[in-house]
Amino acid sequence: MAGGTYEKYKSDGSIGGNVLEWVDARFPATSMWKGHLSEYYAPKNFNFWYFFGSLALLVLVIQIVTGIFLVMHYKPDAALNANGVPVAFASVEYIMRDVPGGWLIRYMHSTGASAFFIVVYLHMFRGLLYGSYRKPRELTWLFGVGIFLVLMGEAFFGYLLPWGQMSFWGAQVIVNLFGAIPVIGNDLSILIRGDFVVGDATLNRFFSFHVIAFPLVLLGLVAAHVLALHETGSNNPDGVEIKALKDANGIPLDGIPFHPYYTVKDIVGVVVFLMAFSAVMFFAPEGGGYFLETPNFYPADPLKTPPHIAPVWYFTPYYSILRAMVWNFFGLDAKFWGVVAMGASVVIFAGLPWLDRSPVKSIRYRGPIYKTMLSIFVICFVILGYLGTLSPSPMGQIVSQVCTVFYFGFFLGMPWWSRMDKFKPVPDRVTFK
Amino acid sequence: MKKFLIALLFAPLLALASGGNVHLDKWQGSVSDKAALQNGAKLFVNYCLNCHGASYMRYKNLVDLGLTEQQVKDNLMFTSDKIGGLMAVAARADEQKQWFGATPPDLTIIARARGEAGNAGAGADWLYTYLRSFYRDPNRPTGWNNVIFENVGMPHILYGLQGQQVRNHETHKLELAVPGTMAPAEFDKAVSDLVGFMVWMGEPQQEFRRTLGFFVLAFLAVLFVVAYALKKEYWKDIH
Repeated sequence: MAGGTYEKYKSDGSIGGNVLEWVDARFPATSMWKGHLSEYYAPKNFNFWYFFGSLALLVLVIQIVTGIFLVMHYKPDAALNANGVPVAFASVEYIMRDVPGGWLIRYMHSTGASAFFIVVYLHMFRGLLYGSYRKPRELTWLFGVGIFLVLMGEAFFGYLLPWGQMSFWGAQVIVNLFGAIPVIGNDLSILIRGDFVVGDATLNRFFSFHVIAFPLVLLGLVAAHVLALHETGSNNPDGVEIKALKDANGIPLDGIPFHPYYTVKDIVGVVVFLMAFSAVMFFAPEGGGYFLETPNFYPADPLKTPPHIAPVWYFTPYYSILRAMVWNFFGLDAKFWGVVAMGASVVIFAGLPWLDRSPVKSIRYRGPIYKTMLSIFVICFVILGYLGTLSPSPMGQIVSQVCTVFYFGFFLGMPWWSRMDKFKPVPDRVTFK
Repeated sequence: MKKFLIALLFAPLLALASGGNVHLDKWQGSVSDKAALQNGAKLFVNYCLNCHGASYMRYKNLVDLGLTEQQVKDNLMFTSDKIGGLMAVAARADEQKQWFGATPPDLTIIARARGEAGNAGAGADWLYTYLRSFYRDPNRPTGWNNVIFENVGMPHILYGLQGQQVRNHETHKLELAVPGTMAPAEFDKAVSDLVGFMVWMGEPQQEFRRTLGFFVLAFLAVLFVVAYALKKEYWKDIH
């Protein structure tokens, strides 16, 4: 149990034991080990969907470690070198060619960025399936939404660094969005860029945000996310509170120690994940042109706008929502409402614990309404993502508007439709085969 | 709802409509054909490297094509005497801009840059088609135009090899008006080799990358068996 008190370690007389006793008298080593691993009781019925939390942690570590090595050779400099190529762009190719093993480190980092979003989206979807955001885990969910927001910022800043065409123009488009905010918009976007156009000042500050500010915040939020989770205990596919039924020692009847049971199980998940990750990294590092967009193999050119500026795939659902807003309301430009809709579509996840009014948590005991609504939501999310990779078209616009309505309808209608469903009785104990 | 369903129905069509509007000939070469890559390297330094740089690439790395450093020095180095030097153009970027109106793009990773979302390998097809699609056009300052890159600034550098094509105004097809030193099939092979070199140069370690990938996946497959057995062993007492 996190936060509980544990007996301090007593040495068995060996040197190692003495050292451990000395440390444990001065540092909560035993209580951290037991509280978060060996005596943290997790429900025994976790399924496939519960791999993605630990996998997200793994990808975070991959990104940080590879990032450390990339920074050793990367140069955030927009000036042109003797061959007329921006130094930043040339330094990435230098890493790919001249740094021993540099190509591997760089591909791990670029594949890791997309893997991060795949894993996080699946992790969030798990929350939707089993009502993991419901009381008492609201704060865990809110920290999670915070992680998602910071991760989006981290990805956005990082994408500018290779200083390719898509880096440059993507940043140009996104920073210009802030210009749509009334009164302060224009000054705000100049403040973000540090210049009137995306340039060296922008590159340097995005580099700083990407390697220092946002990773620090991310690590803090991840720690808070895990601490909050361990305070309440994990949810499970049945949405049953395992702490409700305990044995004589106060251990949940359906709980098993995280270590060794879930550590050995997560190793299996890690190996399977690494196989998929390696398959992409070694055999299709461009991810078919979606993980590394091909126009980004051209160095940034402020005088040449690419015919089609598309964000990386993980941002495309929100980009579609942005483009779906084409009406001026209250004398404000459609672009402004696009920005508002895009921001709202991300932040609205934070409202889930209070929007969901169903008496049960897990989809296993919910009725057809939730299953239908969730399916429509996922389909719309995928369609929006797909349309966001394409150039704007009249048909695409109508489809994305319809999908945007369904997207928000899922959340905003939830207080009503989540109550109307037919529910099945929830058992006292988890189902475990 | 009805509109939504109709829109769903048409979503795949949208994807098709957004695809490329020109037909590209498929590049059939391979980056493991060392002889072809050597020939491509020869064509590249003789014809392309005069105006276009390959400035992320070092001459030294050409030994990976099965050449010795001496062979590279003797046959492939015209603008540099340092084997570790970058394959840059002698002309300066700003001067070239004055001469041509635009600096000819660096070609080191052009094969990757010309790829498409959903088909990252399309860059090779584009280059293979582009280099064979020049035709005579008296309205252009260079006297040349290109079918898949309209009003391109680059003249047909390989015309001595291919000869001169003209565009038939009725069929819009290219016809060989003046033959070059190579027969059409011979020229296609030369361009294929050149494109192969550019694909290789875009990522010189790509073959090694794939080889390493097989070993990594094989290792992970073994690790999976061990990890799965470990999990089974621990979990057998959980009921």
